[in-house]
Amino acid sequence: MKESLSAETVMIAGHDGDQIEAYVARPGDTDSFGGVVVIHHMPGYDTSTKEIARKFAAHGYLAVMPNLYYREAPGASPDDAAAAARAKGGVADEQLVGDVAGAAEYLRAQPGCNGKIGVIGYCSGGRQSFLSACSLPLQAAVDCYGGAVVHVPEQAPASMKPLVGLSKDLSCPLLGLFGADDQFPTPAETAELSAVLDSFGKSHEFHTFSGAGHAFFSVDRPAYRVDAANEGWAMIWEFFGKHLAS
Amino acid sequence: MCTYLTESIKATGSGKGASGWFGLDEVNVYFDHPVHAPADHTVNIDFRNVGKGPSARVAVELTVETARALAKAIETTLAAAPPGLV
Repeated sequence: MKESLSAETVMIAGHDGDQIEAYVARPGDTDSFGGVVVIHHMPGYDTSTKEIARKFAAHGYLAVMPNLYYREAPGASPDDAAAAARAKGGVADEQLVGDVAGAAEYLRAQPGCNGKIGVIGYCSGGRQSFLSACSLPLQAAVDCYGGAVVHVPEQAPASMKPLVGLSKDLSCPLLGLFGADDQFPTPAETAELSAVLDSFGKSHEFHTFSGAGHAFFSVDRPAYRVDAANEGWAMIWEFFGKHLAS
Repeated sequence: MCTYLTESIKATGSGKGASGWFGLDEVNVYFDHPVHAPADHTVNIDFRNVGKGPSARVAVELTVETARALAKAIETTLAAAPPGLV
């Protein structure tokens, strides 16, 4: 694999048909590929998450990252947009699902896409990845340390609800990557989620990395843990290779 | 973790952003991931003019120690102001 790729900004139809910005990274080494919707974290549609989209393209996947904050701040810098969205209470779950549905539809319509769509998100995006997989017909989902799935913190907006009750609707295999030192979600919470998924016979594999806390994949933050991140990426390639390959 | 916690207050005053000075009408304070500061979590403060759009913002990301010291410094400064001015 030469890891060649191309990337650009496009407009896609999101929730309610709203036109929203999205970052697309296309693989250059293959003519047939699965698609991955990358959900950015709460700090927004930023450089580091675009880098993740390109990483998927370099590994042979067509990746798209919708700008979840585009409505609040079209054309603004990612950090300003994130601040504006936060001031409005964040992204509603219903809107998120609509945006991911639009992103998945965009991927399916691209030449070369095999129709198999996965979703991945980090931090708040991990929660939203699980939400998407319980709300949409997808082929694989990865939840990287998403909190507020089992228990929602008291200070969270009233509109934010736990998602564990949606477990019976999980549409695809789920890979969960968590840190043993994380407090949100705690290992106890992810174990609780795993038990609920087991009770519904839902395919999932959870890995909790010792010596890692929240955001261990973030190469530009102090939370980065190289061993956990490298091992986690290997699991992601194996998981998506199994479920999204042509 | 994303805390989702945001304290928002109405504001009167001015801030200087990338394009110069502007009037403020809102300040949001939250403890969450920073964009730039080398820390996992910081006290983030956005001084904003909502009507002028998302880019009308003065942002700071402070360590917990700095944020507490700042809050104390503001109260100390106000307490020390000459009578009749505050």
